[in-house]
Amino acid sequence: MKQWIAFWNILLKDMRAYYLKPPNISWGLIFPIAWTGMFFIRSGRGLDSILELLPGVVTISVLFGTTSMLAVTVTFEKKSRSFERLLLAPIPLELLMFAKTGGAILFGVTNAFVPIILAAFLADLSSVDWLVVFPTIVLLAFASTFLGLFIAVSVSEVFEAQTFSNFVRFPMIFLCGLFFPVSDLPMFLRPLSYLFPVTYGVDILHGAVRQENTLPLGLDFLIIAAFCVALFAMSLKNIHRKWIV
Amino acid sequence: MTKQFGDVTAVNDISFSVYQGELFGFLGPNGAGKTTTINILIGLARPGAGSIRLGGLDCSRNPKAAQHLIGVVPDESNLYPELTGFDNLCFCAALYGIGKQERRTRARELLETFGLAEAADRRFAGYSKGMKRKLTIAAGIIHRPQVLFLDEPTTGIDVASARQIRQLIADLHRTGTTIFLTTHYIEEAERLCDRIAFIVSGHIVRVDTVGNLLQPVQGRHRLMMTTTNAGADLHESLVSAFPQFIFEPVADGQMRVTSVAPIRVGPLVRFLEDQGVEVVEARRLQPSLEEVFVQVTGIEALAMMQNNRDKGRSA
Ligand SMILES: Nc1ncnc2c1ncn2[C@@H]1O[C@H](COP(=O)(O)OP(=O)(O)OP(=O)(O)O)[C@@H](O)[C@H]1O
Ligand SMILES: [Mg+2]
Repeated sequence: MKQWIAFWNILLKDMRAYYLKPPNISWGLIFPIAWTGMFFIRSGRGLDSILELLPGVVTISVLFGTTSMLAVTVTFEKKSRSFERLLLAPIPLELLMFAKTGGAILFGVTNAFVPIILAAFLADLSSVDWLVVFPTIVLLAFASTFLGLFIAVSVSEVFEAQTFSNFVRFPMIFLCGLFFPVSDLPMFLRPLSYLFPVTYGVDILHGAVRQENTLPLGLDFLIIAAFCVALFAMSLKNIHRKWIV
Repeated sequence: MTKQFGDVTAVNDISFSVYQGELFGFLGPNGAGKTTTINILIGLARPGAGSIRLGGLDCSRNPKAAQHLIGVVPDESNLYPELTGFDNLCFCAALYGIGKQERRTRARELLETFGLAEAADRRFAGYSKGMKRKLTIAAGIIHRPQVLFLDEPTTGIDVASARQIRQLIADLHRTGTTIFLTTHYIEEAERLCDRIAFIVSGHIVRVDTVGNLLQPVQGRHRLMMTTTNAGADLHESLVSAFPQFIFEPVADGQMRVTSVAPIRVGPLVRFLEDQGVEVVEARRLQPSLEEVFVQVTGIEALAMMQNNRDKGRSA
């Protein structure tokens, strides 16, 4: 019970202090809309292409909504030493880090629905398998949040966290099959795509929206889940190793 | 325990116990290893070698084992600048699993005690240095810890606030909290602590009660005399006239007189006036921990500490 009070208040404090701030909310809205608009115009094929674009836009919304937050909630707080207070709290490090990432995960899931709601006005989404889409969004939010966490605890300056995450995010957008299938990539780049957790999420979404997945969905789910566990565990290990010197 | 950072041995094979309810002082100059010691004890740093027990719990392996028992006031305020004083305190209480109603009551109570009630709803970022330090102390004790770690609580704070903070520490001590306090103010340690460890360059050179530490200087009597018109040969004539006293020039026109027997001021003043020297002031010196510190650690350590203190004052 006591630990849950701590957990909930850490989460709530981050939500109030960072996520529910007007710039963040508008950023969370504008970014997905901008991406949607950009790819929509580029494809030049009118409303038919919406279903094709939706998985990619949803994924990017989640990816950007989550990873960028950890530079603030973790790296910045570490730098300003308020994180020490959290490390001193009588709760397990795992629970603490779930609380610190919970806000980003929720924020990522919320962001994913911006393009979905927009698409619902413009196209017929009746063929979409929502029972697959929802868990995938949640899993993607976990995976990309933990990726952000891994970056945030590997560096010591906020700008390093931002630079490093762009370094990962932008190649990821082009390599993970968001806007053209992995099979269209040059042969030598393909193995690289499979190193990104997002690739598997995108594959599931393509499957759920247009039945065009390349791997069995079960395998996709399993692999993303494994990424989540591995990234989280590595982040905790990094905190132990680098922050408790 | 021992702790190394690369080539630097911050803490070198130190060992001590702090008893329940005690106010234990860790006195030493900058870089002596005070903060490093605290960080190891509270679980923010790993000892290179050694073992730690807190409240009967073994923390050497699991630094989290005793974290529910302790409160920490770091050397720099590390509360959330964007939250108000009140919200900061409530948040810190929540970290220890204190329920909402109790959190709020306790936060108000502490804001009142620390004279911050007026500033309760202002953002922490806008607090003055002294207010920040007070709120940081309040945050450290909001969950009523059994053991409190205070890292230089009065450094860089004006005299009035420092006095107030010392009073609060004394009050906490009276109510039974075990306190581990680091400082580089000798008078502060002497006034507040039950026992003191002198730490210099990572070594503990002495641990004892204030009474025992003062013992060697206790039997001595000392006088500080301020004079004008003193000639160059004054020292010599004093030594021959009063062989039972030790005379040490301290500064221009100032002389310290030390003796094992009580010093009678009358004959001394009369002698000086006969020599044409005017005695402006003669003041009895209380035996102080400063002397002991110099004896035990050497004058360099004292100079280092006084240097910090002056910097602290001008800052
Ligand atoms: N994280 C670190 N990395 C490298 N060296 C360190 C680290 N922390 C402390 N040190 C070194 O260990 C020694 C002891 O430092 P510490 O901060 O414990 O001193 P202190 O007694 O608290 O001094 P102060 O009065 O200035 O706070 C110093 O030489 C310091 O440079
Ligand atoms: Mg220090």
